[in-house]
Amino acid sequence: MISFEDVEYVYPSGVKALDGVSLKIEKGEIVALMGENGSGKTTLLKHLNGLLKPTRGRVVVDGVDTRSATIAELARRVGLVFQNAESMFFSSTVWEEVAFALRNFGYDEMIVRRRVEWALNFMELGDYAESSPFLLSGGEKKRLALAIILAWSPEVIALDEPTTGQDQLQKEKLMQMIRLLKEQGRTIIASTHDVEFVAQLKPRIIVMRRGKVIADGGAEEILLNEDLLRSCNLLPPQIASLTRELGFIGIKPSLKHPREVAKELLDALSRIMRGG
Amino acid sequence: MLGTDRREAGGEAEGAPAIIHVENLSFRYYGSEQYALRDVNLVVRRGEFVVLAGRSGCGKTTLLRCLNGLIPNFYEGEMLGRVLVDGMDTRYTPTHILSQAAGMVFQNPDNQLFALSVEADIAFPLENLGFPREIILERINWALKALKIEDLRYRSPFELSGGQKQKVAIASVLAMKPKILLLDEPTSSLDPVSARNLIESIVELNKREGLTIIISEHRLEHLLPHADRLIVMDRGMIVRDGDPRKILRDEDLLVYGVAPPKVSEVARCVNAHRGCLKFEEIPLTVHEFVEKVRRLIG
Ligand SMILES: Nc1ncnc2c1ncn2[C@@H]1O[C@H](COP(=O)(O)OP(=O)(O)OP(=O)(O)O)[C@@H](O)[C@H]1O
Ligand SMILES: Nc1ncnc2c1ncn2[C@@H]1O[C@H](COP(=O)(O)OP(=O)(O)O)[C@@H](O)[C@H]1O
Ligand SMILES: [Mg+2]
Ligand SMILES: [Mg+2]
Repeated sequence: MISFEDVEYVYPSGVKALDGVSLKIEKGEIVALMGENGSGKTTLLKHLNGLLKPTRGRVVVDGVDTRSATIAELARRVGLVFQNAESMFFSSTVWEEVAFALRNFGYDEMIVRRRVEWALNFMELGDYAESSPFLLSGGEKKRLALAIILAWSPEVIALDEPTTGQDQLQKEKLMQMIRLLKEQGRTIIASTHDVEFVAQLKPRIIVMRRGKVIADGGAEEILLNEDLLRSCNLLPPQIASLTRELGFIGIKPSLKHPREVAKELLDALSRIMRGG
Repeated sequence: MLGTDRREAGGEAEGAPAIIHVENLSFRYYGSEQYALRDVNLVVRRGEFVVLAGRSGCGKTTLLRCLNGLIPNFYEGEMLGRVLVDGMDTRYTPTHILSQAAGMVFQNPDNQLFALSVEADIAFPLENLGFPREIILERINWALKALKIEDLRYRSPFELSGGQKQKVAIASVLAMKPKILLLDEPTSSLDPVSARNLIESIVELNKREGLTIIISEHRLEHLLPHADRLIVMDRGMIVRDGDPRKILRDEDLLVYGVAPPKVSEVARCVNAHRGCLKFEEIPLTVHEFVEKVRRLIG
């Protein structure tokens, strides 16, 4: 669905933000992009919808080379939620903001209405339909940006730090949304610093450092690799640290649910106390 | 009072004088029907480290805006009750005076940066306050170092990544060394190590210089171990206020959108089993958890 072939990107100011990135993402995959501040995540995401074009190499999305496609063409296939959600808004009401893209793509007004309503309710923004997008709280702005993408459901969905400003219940909802979109065959790429969120979602993880991809693998493979994490300003999820520290009673490092870890711990302890 | 360390003195900021009084505060933004704050009462003592949590939209930012005077001086609306910050009534004190007492790091750093270079952005408010050149340079160096962004010094703030911008915004407020530091979800765009470093810098300021800290956050695992006090808000009201360990031990805060550190969650699950291990005090760190297990098996 998506391929980056030896992509380099140098900002006009001279900063090299991507430095030979090659990767492939299949249709229906969920990918988390992780790595320290300034490592190139946002720059990479902006290449998906043609907002930025590689200064070397090429990016192909759904068979289209982004250099030869117009932004309008790419916008049909790729939806990007910005890190700073507010910079996407221009409408006077929350409702209009979500409806805009749908109308633009020529959907029937009935369908527009249904979809907008559904997306706003899913993101718990129903009460704000008539409010100005600019007066929402920080987390609500992010959810509005997500609602826009949800209503429109493009083939490729790029989310730049979708969990910022979200409380735990909304993060769980967001996970539900991501899984739902995957079920519908959508491809989802999300940059995030939220290791606890990633540990729960367990997507494929691509790790970046100084414009390069330095690791690419499953959630366990990456999040239990402490040396790798340390080398790119990441910290292990707390469950990974806890289970590792409990190694002395025979517990293996894992990303298991707290309930399972508690059970494992009690089993190990009762074995030790019986044996000793 | 600079230089007091309440932890070494053997306790919380309990005996310290109050620096913030919030009395029967309600606020409704102009044009909205709902109150964003409803009858909030709060006393914060000098040197306290307070964590503010709750669902997105519950009123955290609004409360912080009331503490640095943006409400009611900048945001229009209906305000009931009163707020005293370092003895000043926010209704009758200009925001540039209040902001020297209570410095605020905003949720969105784009609203805070404006100068041509990172250095100039940090220097600007200090120059405005008439600090001498050497002090300004000293403060800039210190703030850049605290956030480990020395390499961004001469960059334009507008050409930085989201997390880098957030670090600059924090540095420019830290450099002012206000008595009260208000931070609105400051780690939300920071990578995990930067987030931990920031928290360590804040803890340091709190301990060494007795700064009063009020910080709203969703990612609590690195923060709660340092907090004297956890305040949970819901629909504009304060619904919990106290020692984080006690609050986490007594109930599940998920209905308020608050995710306890995972180790606390494991400890609660362990307690629910009524097996050979019981946590009287809910651990907030991996270390506390593992120590308890070690003590049990001897
Ligand atoms: N508009 C711009 N002009 C010049 N340089 C930029 C611009 N935007 C970003 N950069 C630089 O490019 C590099 C990569 O930035 P990018 O925004 O892609 O990082 P990121 O991984 O998304 O970081 P964060 O986690 O902080 O959001 C950084 O060195 C950054 O300072
Ligand atoms: N400038 C504003 N004008 C009108 N309503 C606002 C404004 N800022 C926030 N609100 C509303 O006030 C409520 C509380 O928001 P906020 O304090 O930002 O929440 P939090 O910081 O806890 O996420 C929300 O319903 C939000 O939509
Ligand atoms: Mg970014
Ligand atoms: Mg807020």
